[in-house]
Amino acid sequence: MAVTSTKPYVGVPRDVVANFHGKQIVYVNWEQHLLFATPFMLVVEPGMRFADLLANVVKPLMQADPDAGAVDLTQVEWRKGKSAWQPDFAATLAENGIVHKEQLHFTTPGLNTLLAAA
Amino acid sequence: MSTVFIALQANEDTRPIIDAIVIDNPDCTVNRQPAMVKIDAPGSLTVRRDTIEEQLGRAYDLQELNVNLITLSGNVEEDEDTLTLRWNS
Amino acid sequence: MDMKTAKKKLGLKEKYRLLTRDLGWEPTYQNKDEIYPYTKYEGIKIHDWDKWEDPFRLTMDSYWKYQAEKERKFYAIIDAHAQNNGHLHITDARYLSALKIFLQAISPGEYAAGKGFARMGREFPGVGTQVACQMQAIDEIRHAQTQIHALSNYNKFYNGFHGFADARDRMWYCSLPRSFFDDAMSAGPFEFMIAIGFSFEYVLTNLLFVPFMSGAAYNGDMATVTFGFSAQSDEARHMTLGLECIKFMLEQDPANLPIVQNWIDKWFWRGFRLLGVVGTMMDYMLPKRVMSWREAFEIYGIENGGALFKDLARYGIRPPKGWDDAGKALDHMSHQFMLALYQYNFGTTFHSWIPSEDDMAWLSKKYPTTFDKYYRPRWEHLKKLKEAGTPFHNMGLAKLCQTCQIPTVFTEPDDPTRLTQREVDYQGEKYHFCSEGCQHIFENEPEKYVEAWLPMPQLFQEPINGDLAAWMEWVSLVPGKDNGDFDGSEDQKNFDAWRDLAKSNQ
Repeated sequence: MAVTSTKPYVGVPRDVVANFHGKQIVYVNWEQHLLFATPFMLVVEPGMRFADLLANVVKPLMQADPDAGAVDLTQVEWRKGKSAWQPDFAATLAENGIVHKEQLHFTTPGLNTLLAAA
Repeated sequence: MSTVFIALQANEDTRPIIDAIVIDNPDCTVNRQPAMVKIDAPGSLTVRRDTIEEQLGRAYDLQELNVNLITLSGNVEEDEDTLTLRWNS
Repeated sequence: MDMKTAKKKLGLKEKYRLLTRDLGWEPTYQNKDEIYPYTKYEGIKIHDWDKWEDPFRLTMDSYWKYQAEKERKFYAIIDAHAQNNGHLHITDARYLSALKIFLQAISPGEYAAGKGFARMGREFPGVGTQVACQMQAIDEIRHAQTQIHALSNYNKFYNGFHGFADARDRMWYCSLPRSFFDDAMSAGPFEFMIAIGFSFEYVLTNLLFVPFMSGAAYNGDMATVTFGFSAQSDEARHMTLGLECIKFMLEQDPANLPIVQNWIDKWFWRGFRLLGVVGTMMDYMLPKRVMSWREAFEIYGIENGGALFKDLARYGIRPPKGWDDAGKALDHMSHQFMLALYQYNFGTTFHSWIPSEDDMAWLSKKYPTTFDKYYRPRWEHLKKLKEAGTPFHNMGLAKLCQTCQIPTVFTEPDDPTRLTQREVDYQGEKYHFCSEGCQHIFENEPEKYVEAWLPMPQLFQEPINGDLAAWMEWVSLVPGKDNGDFDGSEDQKNFDAWRDLAKSNQ
């Protein structure tokens, strides 16, 4: 639907990838681990290898959760956007088809210390 | 029946007004909370100038209510003599 | 009573008619559509502007009289507060966080509403509407001024109050109310009235001003109670204006119904998201509490809002689309917000904290089905991290909702173990949402929301380019003073030290 307006209304997106000086946004969410209030917002280079993103960026951010030590991020179940997805860990984000503002999700079934009461 | 309400600041100005509302609306419920008084009534509630004047011992303009009113709910009908709150359902 | 006062010359209705209706002359040398160019494009059909009624029939002479009296009462208390060390009479300095949020996020909203109603007073053709909108515009400016003035007394003694104007423009949590008002002000006059006059004023502000202000009284803060109730005494008029406006639109033409319903759906959800933070202020930030957010919502949201929508059913209006999802969120949202504020508290110009044992016992009692099950384990774990000397700061910054701009902290309505995550591809870009409600709002007017200034992504663009220290300076946050855990803060130390001084002659 269009904006109700007195003349044609053209919106200009403010968060396009060109504004990030060669980097892009990637969101990563650890499903059912709500100690982290929202998915992590990461600003990284598209040429980074996916394995490096996990080891150097995601893994350190996960440490506050008591389950973090038990997780091997190469063995978890991944989703990209709305679909199941198998990453190529040796390939870059770009080669993995991870575009600007992509939402990645991973699940670790059976690990849910802080929701144990549920 | 839906509840209407009026809430007034809890102070010397409103004491006689609250008494008047209770006289005119015998089925209302007065809830006293910190710094405020909330009066609930089923369906409708009427504030009458006459009764307030009796309680206050002086002439009263219903629009003076504005000074100490906190909030209300329901459709408002007002003239010189009454202010009524009502849900039409 | 023996003596009756002499009957006034004019009755209320006649006086109102003379002081308003006569302002509405027919133009002779200008076309009405050119004088009021914005009243038709939204599709709302109005046949007779004179059918607009202000049930309070307040005229300008009475307005000034009563407002002046409110101001006198207000300043009597503000002066007493300043002269009597009012800043030491609050229950605890934790309470100040609620005031800082109020000043940074809510008072600028009052000012924005003032600008909006000034515009509506010009854009609507009906004189009843013009007069009511003008009064409301003046009211809203008064609210912003009295709030800033009242809280300036705290600014003399405590951190976090000084940069509220910069916070309003730049701070991440302030983009939530700012985007709400910007969205309303960039809409047409009728949508503005539904947004602010109806959804915000009628359906939602009771939650902010009534139980929260009563809470301020419980916490010894007479300055805030006074500006709150002084503002809310105007709200009774504003709410009535909002309700009258919606009835007017619905009575004027049956074709208005679907447009109005769509706006109610949109603005109920935007308002619900906006006022969610009040739940956190009530459940976590008032050291002494009057009622829980859930209890307040039962009275002012469910019971009162329910009565309203039942009343409007005769026009064909149904409760807003997000009504059920809102109901399901009540037992969760205040906890979800506070957990988020705590983990990002390096970036807030107020303090947050881990609730004490006492506070958690109260929360369990008020939220028996959710607190112990979902939220206590997280707080207990955070406490453990803090005691180990490694307090949790979430340096993975927050994903924000493209519509409401809140960090996407909310869980699925029927599964509190999963974050709600929704995404939409629009013209080659990805957009993310916190809820179905916010996704629908985007999909109805994507061109408007692609332009959202989202603070987290903006942090990595010009002029900040990811430099956290530069960001703090830019938002007027003094690190180590304004931000972080309440425990160990300057506010905590000063309040305790000054209170001790006040009790002795040392």
